Amino acid sequence: MVQPARNLDGSNTKARLAVWKFTSCDGCQLSLLDCEDELLQLADCVEIAYFMEASSATSPGPYDLSLVEGSVTTADEVRRIHEIRAQSRILVTIGACATAGGIQALRNFSDVDDFIAAVYAHPEYIDTLKTSTPIGAHVPVDFELHGCPINKRQLLEVISAFLHQRPPQVPAHSVCIECKMRGNVCVWVAHGTPCLGPVTHAGCGAICPTYSRGCYGCYGPKENPNTVSLCHWWQQELGAEKALVIEYLRNFNAASPVFEAASRKLEGDDGQE
Amino acid sequence: MAKSKTIKVDYLARVEGEGALYVRYDDGGVHDVKLKIFEPPRFFEGFMRGRDLREAPDITARICGICPIAYQMSAVYAMEDALGLTLPPELHALRRLIYCGEWIESHTLHIYMLHAPDFLGYPGAVAMAKDHPQIVQNGLRIKKAGNAIVGLLGGREVHPINVRVGGFYRVPNAAELQPLREQLLHARDMAIETVRWTASLPFPNFERAQSEQYEFVALSHADEYPMNRGSITSTRGLAIPVSAYESHFREEHIEYSSALHSTLIERGAYFVGPMARYNLNADRLSPLVRQLADEVGFPPFTANPFQSIVVRSLEVLFAFDEALRLIDNYRRPDVSYVPVAPCAGTGYGATEAPRGLLYHRYQIDDAGKIAAAKIVAPTSQNQKTIEDDLRLILPKFMHLPEKQLQARCEQAIRNYDPCISCSTHFLKLHLQRSERIGP
Repeated sequence: MVQPARNLDGSNTKARLAVWKFTSCDGCQLSLLDCEDELLQLADCVEIAYFMEASSATSPGPYDLSLVEGSVTTADEVRRIHEIRAQSRILVTIGACATAGGIQALRNFSDVDDFIAAVYAHPEYIDTLKTSTPIGAHVPVDFELHGCPINKRQLLEVISAFLHQRPPQVPAHSVCIECKMRGNVCVWVAHGTPCLGPVTHAGCGAICPTYSRGCYGCYGPKENPNTVSLCHWWQQELGAEKALVIEYLRNFNAASPVFEAASRKLEGDDGQE
Repeated sequence: MAKSKTIKVDYLARVEGEGALYVRYDDGGVHDVKLKIFEPPRFFEGFMRGRDLREAPDITARICGICPIAYQMSAVYAMEDALGLTLPPELHALRRLIYCGEWIESHTLHIYMLHAPDFLGYPGAVAMAKDHPQIVQNGLRIKKAGNAIVGLLGGREVHPINVRVGGFYRVPNAAELQPLREQLLHARDMAIETVRWTASLPFPNFERAQSEQYEFVALSHADEYPMNRGSITSTRGLAIPVSAYESHFREEHIEYSSALHSTLIERGAYFVGPMARYNLNADRLSPLVRQLADEVGFPPFTANPFQSIVVRSLEVLFAFDEALRLIDNYRRPDVSYVPVAPCAGTGYGATEAPRGLLYHRYQIDDAGKIAAAKIVAPTSQNQKTIEDDLRLILPKFMHLPEKQLQARCEQAIRNYDPCISCSTHFLKLHLQRSERIGP
């Protein structure tokens, strides 16, 4: 668990934690409040200086550690993330929205005006950017914690690690490894179920295969994934339609560079490959 | 002439999502109330077009991190309506069980971490825990028990992965539910204490005049306290099937605000959420809940929104009772899901999210792709009622110092547990931001 940490400037005051929200569902910051066993202990170890979902008391920066949830979808959010970066010694993005643009990045593959027209009767009131972008597209980020949503155990590890100035122990291997560690039967090999596990970042504990379904990639790409091979196997060996593969790559991490490139390549393929 | 004053809260705390409040008033009365939603739009209804109907529970879960089950439940029932699928009662019971988990964790989060600090004068639960450690720890344990249900049946607490159109990917065996049962029994005792505790909080005296009474709207079902099925009913005689929702309810633009407000056609504002469910269905609560309501002197009908925190506590206790009943009667379904054969159709689904009625409609094409989606979240339905409350509450508390008056306004908004990241339907507002918070 989190131990008391010194302020990063070496003083004896408590480290100051801030939690920020951009365009999102609030689920990743909620993961902090879902740490039912650790929340009060954490609050003893750090000063929760800014966390609007949890407290109406806020205190001004600078902050030792900023956790940022959500993607950038408005001009105001572009301005705000620069302000937050300037006030934060360490900035960690939490979740698929903040690290890859989130589900709302589906607009990046289409004309956002079509979406506006589909949802709102008066499009002229809408003030939004054409794209949904990760925080890292705007400011330097010290660490990205993947997941839609993030895993709260990993969140505590990341907070603890940065407060103690050590690298977080968050593995970058694939969901397949986690599946093996759980002793799961492979849903792909045994049942022919399409699964994104081989290219997806670990962290969830391989929940989907554990519940007899294929991974749908909510943690985004692992390090150096072979998406070409995966797309080939899905189509050639499992008989998945190209549209289905694209749909799987384009959900919660649609704008992560690897998944985006793979889905655009598939879209461009004429089926001769 | 009276000097006009404004209350401006640029960023509402302890709600989910981003909202602001603007009130202009003077000694002559309240002239302008705007509950502003500035959560950026995320276009769910737009980008669901063309997606496979089977993706709906995974995608709509992402509308809200606090109540993903509610979105999944309304979505799967709407899809099954479109496909003409009927589920065996065992699968329906499991869905009710996972919904109990969400009611427990979401209501408890609201009771202990978002709303109770208002009553006791703290900025948040962490500050409150310094003086009342046992209370906050009990809250966290109750919440953990709710999350344990969602975690087991859903795979994880936020954005569960196990809900599918037609049922579940995997259903538990009876032995897996036993450790959960023990945890629930223990936490239920703390839920009983929660009812006693919330009932003892100091409630501002606020009842609307007869002419301004709320119209409460909730699902009602002959056999059960409403959760994931029933017809849409109101305290003024509405009784319609879910499929008739859009003939009776309308979303409209109000001139001064660009947020969509829901109204009952030709009737105006209405009130969804725990108070509406309770007022329309108190007789279908479990004996233990009714007994405890009697013990603390809580009536079967309440129109003081500040008492919603007690209603939430009663519903948490009900959800524990119901979850234990479902576990004790559990019979593992023969199949984990009913197979889906895509066909064209339109489906309607409404369930009771912790915050109230959540309506979904989908039009499906013959390949099983979503042609149109409409989602109306509880908070958007309550927006107009929240503003009306502020208009009526302020004159009663005008004698308070401005800072306290502002706090009372924020508390009145938090009565509703507004969940304003549910931005399927909210518009970006052009806010005149002030660097400083307060009047």
